[in-house]
Amino acid sequence: MIETLNNLLLGFSVALQPQILMYAFIGCFIGTLVGMLPGVGPLAGISMLLPATFGLNPIVAIVLLAGVYYGAMYGGSTTSILIRLPGEAASVMTCIDGYEMTRQGRAGPALAIAAIGSFVAGTLGVVGLMLLAPTLATFALRFGPPEYTALLLMGLLVLAYMTGGSIPKTLAMAALGLLLGMIGIDAMSGYTRFSFDVVELADGIGIVPVAVGLFGISEILLTASQQTPNLPKNPSLRELMPSRAELKQSAGPIARGSAIGFLIGIIPGSAHIISSFIAYGIERRVSQTPERFGHGAIEGVAGPESANNAAATGAFIPMMALGIPTSPVTAVMIAAVMVHGIAPGPMLITQQPELFWGFVASMYVGNVVLLILNLPLVGLFVSLLRIPYSYLYPCILAFCILGCYSVSNSVVDVYIMLAMGGVGYVLRKFDFDLAPVALGLVLAPMLELSLRQSLAMSGGSYGIFLERPIAVVMLVLGLVMLLVSLKPLLFKSTARDWRSRAGLDDVS
Amino acid sequence: MAMRSDQVSGLLLLALAIYVGWMNRVYPIGSLSEPGPGYVPLLLAIFLGSMGLLVAVWGRKSTPLAAMEWAEARRAIALLVACGLAAYALERLGYRITMAALLLFFLGVMERRKAWQVALASAGFSFASYYVFATLLRVPLPVSPWGV
Repeated sequence: MIETLNNLLLGFSVALQPQILMYAFIGCFIGTLVGMLPGVGPLAGISMLLPATFGLNPIVAIVLLAGVYYGAMYGGSTTSILIRLPGEAASVMTCIDGYEMTRQGRAGPALAIAAIGSFVAGTLGVVGLMLLAPTLATFALRFGPPEYTALLLMGLLVLAYMTGGSIPKTLAMAALGLLLGMIGIDAMSGYTRFSFDVVELADGIGIVPVAVGLFGISEILLTASQQTPNLPKNPSLRELMPSRAELKQSAGPIARGSAIGFLIGIIPGSAHIISSFIAYGIERRVSQTPERFGHGAIEGVAGPESANNAAATGAFIPMMALGIPTSPVTAVMIAAVMVHGIAPGPMLITQQPELFWGFVASMYVGNVVLLILNLPLVGLFVSLLRIPYSYLYPCILAFCILGCYSVSNSVVDVYIMLAMGGVGYVLRKFDFDLAPVALGLVLAPMLELSLRQSLAMSGGSYGIFLERPIAVVMLVLGLVMLLVSLKPLLFKSTARDWRSRAGLDDVS
Repeated sequence: MAMRSDQVSGLLLLALAIYVGWMNRVYPIGSLSEPGPGYVPLLLAIFLGSMGLLVAVWGRKSTPLAAMEWAEARRAIALLVACGLAAYALERLGYRITMAALLLFFLGVMERRKAWQVALASAGFSFASYYVFATLLRVPLPVSPWGV
């Protein structure tokens, strides 16, 4: 414990440097804007900003990008509450009761509770990160190729369970992402695969063009013809104060949302999106007056908002301790650190203590910045939404091209991004979830390498996965999740998926 | 019988899996104890094909293909083609001219905004973003042969 506190002091000595503070502020500010703009979202925002971090030192780069990430988590809630337009997917649940509160003239307390919940959850999440990541990193030193293979497979199976949609569709998308990850030079044999004689493809497909295409471009293709929504009056600072009763009602949901979000955040997948769904369902379940949900219940704002921010922080634990991205966002952040020759993983915390503890401390600072920034400046942020969408989307498209091109100064990356945008558009029309594609692409090289190494270690026997206790536990967990998620498909009349069990089938 | 959306998407995934499997034939599969570069792609192609087949088989009650709405498809194609042309022009005409032309097309032709607004927005965006990224943040962006 004393060692942790000493390390934290080291972290604060890094994070409170004026330069780091400034970048944390800039990151939170940009993130809030990004989270508010429909069609951008944290992933596309971070990807677009990535090239601008190449010239910065690694601590500054990661602090800036992390600020964008959790800033976007909060920013998405503002538009959800005020105009029923979720800036990013995790804020969908906030729309339900947040917008109802706005219609009842209670936009101020809804925004304030969202900010307070995000702050508390983010801070508790950082405490968890601080305590868990070093322990997990020590534990991860026992991992060999079979354990990594099992962990990555478990992540994909958990993702299939969590998405709650069609399991075959989700698994097909994960396979598609893994296949995209096969493009380029095979690290073990030196063969160049599926490159179609395009030199740039020999290096493989990067996560940035795929992520920006799938999530940013496809969203614009779907929504480019929409009108700018009517905005409510900006709430004044005085109107933002929630009443004592509202604060009391929100305390439990914030605590539960923080715990749920943090635990879900550690698991690979679209954690922050799922966590807000589950938190909403649980609040509705535990409420003594569930009929208020959907009609402006403040718990329906406090729970999901806390959960998605805690999940955003929890997602950093496997990223820092294992070097494994649990979401496309953390994958881009790993890329940002690797540009500087630093590989996240079990050795990072001992070899780069300034980076790890500086990052942890900067997240405390970032949460304070977000709280200070978001409440007084809510009017300014809302004004941005007054820009007609017909002006906004061309600029977003231009930023996508700029961001994608400048990652490796390659026009081929822009073509890949546009192709992925088209593919994403069609897949979304056919009701496919796109997150597994991005996650599959990121995990593909690790999964292939660890699988082939495991088979080589065992002389070609898949039994090696059953001989290693850690691998067995992870595979069994993954299989249980898969079987549970297959149940509704096989027994349609009686079984219900997690959304139903969480009480979400008759909301929205 | 009318095709359903999931049946079409499932069969397309199956076709993609077969294509990947066929493309993969040139890479050595190796043995179980020494898997080659074609081993994992083959496993994935088989898995993708199986999932595609499942999607198609279980998709009998999905939305009929004819009932799917594609109202924004023409606009989406126009946006993609314009961005593709911009990507082609980027290293030939430079960042500022390309972006100004792209925004001119989006705002002037597709959105039919007033001429002065279009000119201001397209020139303003391309030059301001160049200044921020290329000059302040030192991100290397292409310049036209004429130095713009």
